[in-house]
Amino acid sequence: MSVNRAQRVDLEVVTDLIPAKSRVLDVGSGDGVLLELLQETKQVDGRGLELSQRGVNECVARGLSVIQGDADTDLKFYADKGFDFVVLSQTLQATRNPKVVLDELLRIGNCAIVSFPNFGHWRVRFSLLIKGRMPVTKDLPYSWYDTPNIHFCTIRDFVNLCEELGATVEKATALDANGQKIGLSMPWWFWNFFGQQAVFLLKRA
Amino acid sequence: MATQRAARTNDEADHPSSPVLQFGPDKPLKLDAGTLLSPFQIAYQTYGTLNDARSNAILVCHALTGDQHVANTNPVTGKPGWWEVLIGPGKIIDTNRFFVICANVIGGCLGSTGPASTNPATGKPYGLDLPIITIRDMVRAQAMLVDHFGIEKLFCVLGGSMGGMQVLEWAASYPERVFSALPIATGARHSSQNIAFHEVGRQAVMADPEWHGGKYLDFGKRPEKGLAVARMAAHITYLSEAALHRKFGRNLQDREALTFGFDADFQIESYLRHQGMTFVDRFDANSYLYLTRAMDYFDLAADHGGRLADAFAGTRTRFCLVSFTSDWLFPTEESRSIVHALNAAGASVSFVEIETDRGHDAFLLDEPELFAAINGFIGSAARARGLSL
Repeated sequence: MSVNRAQRVDLEVVTDLIPAKSRVLDVGSGDGVLLELLQETKQVDGRGLELSQRGVNECVARGLSVIQGDADTDLKFYADKGFDFVVLSQTLQATRNPKVVLDELLRIGNCAIVSFPNFGHWRVRFSLLIKGRMPVTKDLPYSWYDTPNIHFCTIRDFVNLCEELGATVEKATALDANGQKIGLSMPWWFWNFFGQQAVFLLKRA
Repeated sequence: MATQRAARTNDEADHPSSPVLQFGPDKPLKLDAGTLLSPFQIAYQTYGTLNDARSNAILVCHALTGDQHVANTNPVTGKPGWWEVLIGPGKIIDTNRFFVICANVIGGCLGSTGPASTNPATGKPYGLDLPIITIRDMVRAQAMLVDHFGIEKLFCVLGGSMGGMQVLEWAASYPERVFSALPIATGARHSSQNIAFHEVGRQAVMADPEWHGGKYLDFGKRPEKGLAVARMAAHITYLSEAALHRKFGRNLQDREALTFGFDADFQIESYLRHQGMTFVDRFDANSYLYLTRAMDYFDLAADHGGRLADAFAGTRTRFCLVSFTSDWLFPTEESRSIVHALNAAGASVSFVEIETDRGHDAFLLDEPELFAAINGFIGSAARARGLSL
């Protein structure tokens, strides 16, 4: 259960958005670090969906309620508005069809919380613009040929997709390279340039 | 020795070594076949102590050829209980902490009313006069046993294979009485292929001239050859090709070369013959017919208008399903379809698929990952139920 600092801040931001005793579905729950945190600090009724069988077995052995499944194919089995919150933490960019996945999150949850690495961050832009290489950073450590992240987007791209799906952004947080929250007063272009991670709280009537 | 054991099995049908709960004419068992079974009896074993709140009871459901002797030496075979690796003092299902109940199923042959039991109307064994028994009938009888203990809600119901079917039936029929459910290596219905294998087994039994139209006990006979063949065929389905190859390969049995005859040249042949022979010493052939039929008839979705999710609508039971990668009798897809139905019903569900080459029978073996999953699930359910450690 090792998490780096940026991930840790991301988990904290997500946890802060969820009121105590909520019903939460964590899509891409990994080894269960977020679910465990939510259970300990918020006493949520938490469930997980995780692709890797190893992650699932670890979660269940630790007493978490997790099933093996694929966000791209298995979300359709969940009932409408079955959860207060559906969380997709650092997983959107690894799905085959992010638009469908986001649509499903908004259907299953009263609220959806989505966090993702921002491909509009200046380091990424710098790598392509100056070095002419696909970016490999501490948070995105994969080479282009072995990355599980097949659908990167920028904060602006994501906001556009939300509009297209009829979702309203209830709250948004961007974290800079040091894991610090970027001030709310800053304009979108600033977030898109200096935000390394983004966390969105979404709702669809 | 073998005949002694066979005689012992016959005794066990009416006068088992286990405690027996008898239900008189005032408490008949309502059967899905549309008739009443009365009088009838249930033979069971318990382990540990029921707490004052009666909240620590775990019901274990046994598989097709299992019995109530889950965690004690089997009185017929002299072997350890079939799940002693899992259940006992200090074990994963700790009998110092939980009150564990395991009952012989209705239709079985170790003390609960079944085809080898004496029919009070005739004074002879029921044989085929016993109505067809279903999984739901078994569960209905178990519920009457649980009532007898004054237990309103079971902390957990668990079992593998046919035992897993009973777990699912419990959760569907008595959702308010099941706090947590752990169906292992099972399905919500018997597949066509599984029915096919069972039919081969039944035909083998019925083709044995010693079967006598099901009345063999009246003649002091037993269709041992037929039942042994049925067991041999079934046993193959409990293993996997990889495990068979690993254990036996094409190795020869106590010989250097092929004999150019039909003796058991290969180790696998010898192994299967042994499995068949030991099985007939401890099991009643008609019981085998009834229990395989019960599994074939099981289709939980069909009982709920064709939609499996409706079987679990509104359930508050916590579920954990387990499947094994090499199980071709109840492949992972069977468990996954139950998981999807539970998701649609908004149920709390965990699902673990365990990688092993040991096939369907893996649920009976020392599988660390299985035990870790059961441990995690039972532990968190116990915390949620407020059971102290």
